[in-house]
Amino acid sequence: MTDAMTRSAMAGCLISLALLISVPLFQSAYLIDVVTEILIYALFALSLNVIIGYSGNVSFGHAAYFAIGGYTNAILLTSHGWALVPSFVTSILVTMIAAGFVAYFCTRLTNIYFAMLTLAFSMLVWAIAFKWRSVTGGDDGFVGIRVPEIINNRAHFYYFTLIMVTAATTLLWFICHSAFGRTLVAVRENATRAGFVGVNTRLMRWWAFVVAGTFAGIAGAIFGMFHRGMYVESAFWTQSATVLIMTLLGGMFSFFGPAIGAATLFILERITNEYTEYWPTVLGCILLVILLFLPDGLAGLARKVRSYVAGSN
Amino acid sequence: MLETHDLHKHFDGFKAITAINFKLIEGERHAIIGPNGAGKTTFFNLITGHLQPSAGEVRYKGDLISGLPPYRIVKLGLARSFQRINIYPRMTVFQNVQVALIAQNNQHLHFFTRAHNLYKEETEDLLELVDLLGEIQDIAGELAYGKQKQLELAISLAANPRVLLLDEPTAGMSPSETAESIRLINDITQSRSLTLLFTEHDMSVVFSIADRISVLHHGEILASGAPDEVRKDVEVRRVYLGEEVGHASA
Ligand SMILES: Nc1ncnc2c1ncn2[C@@H]1O[C@H](COP(=O)(O)OP(=O)(O)O)[C@@H](O)[C@H]1O
Ligand SMILES: [Mg+2]
Repeated sequence: MTDAMTRSAMAGCLISLALLISVPLFQSAYLIDVVTEILIYALFALSLNVIIGYSGNVSFGHAAYFAIGGYTNAILLTSHGWALVPSFVTSILVTMIAAGFVAYFCTRLTNIYFAMLTLAFSMLVWAIAFKWRSVTGGDDGFVGIRVPEIINNRAHFYYFTLIMVTAATTLLWFICHSAFGRTLVAVRENATRAGFVGVNTRLMRWWAFVVAGTFAGIAGAIFGMFHRGMYVESAFWTQSATVLIMTLLGGMFSFFGPAIGAATLFILERITNEYTEYWPTVLGCILLVILLFLPDGLAGLARKVRSYVAGSN
Repeated sequence: MLETHDLHKHFDGFKAITAINFKLIEGERHAIIGPNGAGKTTFFNLITGHLQPSAGEVRYKGDLISGLPPYRIVKLGLARSFQRINIYPRMTVFQNVQVALIAQNNQHLHFFTRAHNLYKEETEDLLELVDLLGEIQDIAGELAYGKQKQLELAISLAANPRVLLLDEPTAGMSPSETAESIRLINDITQSRSLTLLFTEHDMSVVFSIADRISVLHHGEILASGAPDEVRKDVEVRRVYLGEEVGHASA
């Protein structure tokens, strides 16, 4: 969580962006699909890290906002025939309002009580998606999302996703490195002290929750269109756990860490599923490794390696 | 400037503060002395909104402030330090002070104001004041104890208070650090014309800063007055000052 982007971080971003832009040139549908989905999960994990890394609270229910964004966009596009832009924007606003409502209650609590309440609300969202069959499709899922013509093509959709995720990530970067972000870290580090310099700590945590939820909604809306369907699993607690593990794997004390965690976990899952049926076992092992050996995730590991190399020169 | 009326605080029946009627006069440097467990910190906590009184009220410039959350009370101009160091240990020294300035200037909900270099000069000025410029990029939690105390003072000052409340500002400091702190506290209160309320164990510190002293014992104020008067107060001698008075006046 450095102040300014270092030269190497800036270079890393530009190189990644160049590589991402050139992905469709390889003419591989499989590659494009994988990278599209990684981008979506990267944004999802980055959004969660506003709560986890920056505000210092653990959410077990972040999938709720992913699902709200996804379902709202699906319903507006398909059931109501809205155009892409109004549908997309409205989905984001709806997610924002939902997150604001939930955050009002969750930010009264801290620690495990906060985490449990986020879980409870996400189960509520799941239950609504499950039971409100006429609108959401229930456990059959909302299938056949109408994807607007302009992005209804693999490469076009890929670039749409890349632009959206890049724009959203840039916004998030500025928010996390703003006066707000700095104060939020102070609240995480010592809420009492922050209160005694004049910060309404609960309001800060409320905003962190709303920002996180809103950006998860963006990821969810893209996800639905990509799969041409939304399914109740997207709101289930296992989905919240997945994005939580992505964030921890990448490293919560680094802005880009969660994106790296999302890519790593997603690729590992793909590979594992190709050869075995033991993904949950592998996932368990990954979690063990993070907790025992990588408390600051892959980003922390990279930092250590870098300072080790610098030290031995 | 700051008054308490019949202030009480009970912890599960234990009376930590009983019937305190206290007046802090604008511009004075008022020390609260008393043995460990007398209720000094609790009294501070009641004034600054960290604790709610069981009965009674706290008024600042005539307005009721008991019941307000700490962040509102700070905004009215009362800033405090803590007896046990209370900083952001994993942030840098710079950031520790910067956050207080961000809050003081109501920028903490500015989502697109870059934090980098924000209030850089103001932060540096405050750190220069407490002699921490050399450690500006250090991790706060890794500073020596005395320096952390100084950092905490800078954080409190960043809130731009009218009334500064310091809870045992020199506790745990070396003699030279203590002397430096005394000089600093005297300078700052004078140059910023602050009203000061502080608690202190070390009587020599008390006598070199305070122009009024209140003695707190078992949650009650036993005596209040100019340092010399309090020093002479026999009851006070018995309760607390004991031999230390002899030292301080020697
Ligand atoms: N939060 C609390 N809960 C219970 N008892 C407390 C609490 N805070 C302080 N006390 C008790 O109140 C008394 C006064 O404590 P304190 O105000 O810290 O004294 P001082 O600062 O003068 O040493 C002590 O007996 C202490 O144990
Ligand atoms: Mg005390």
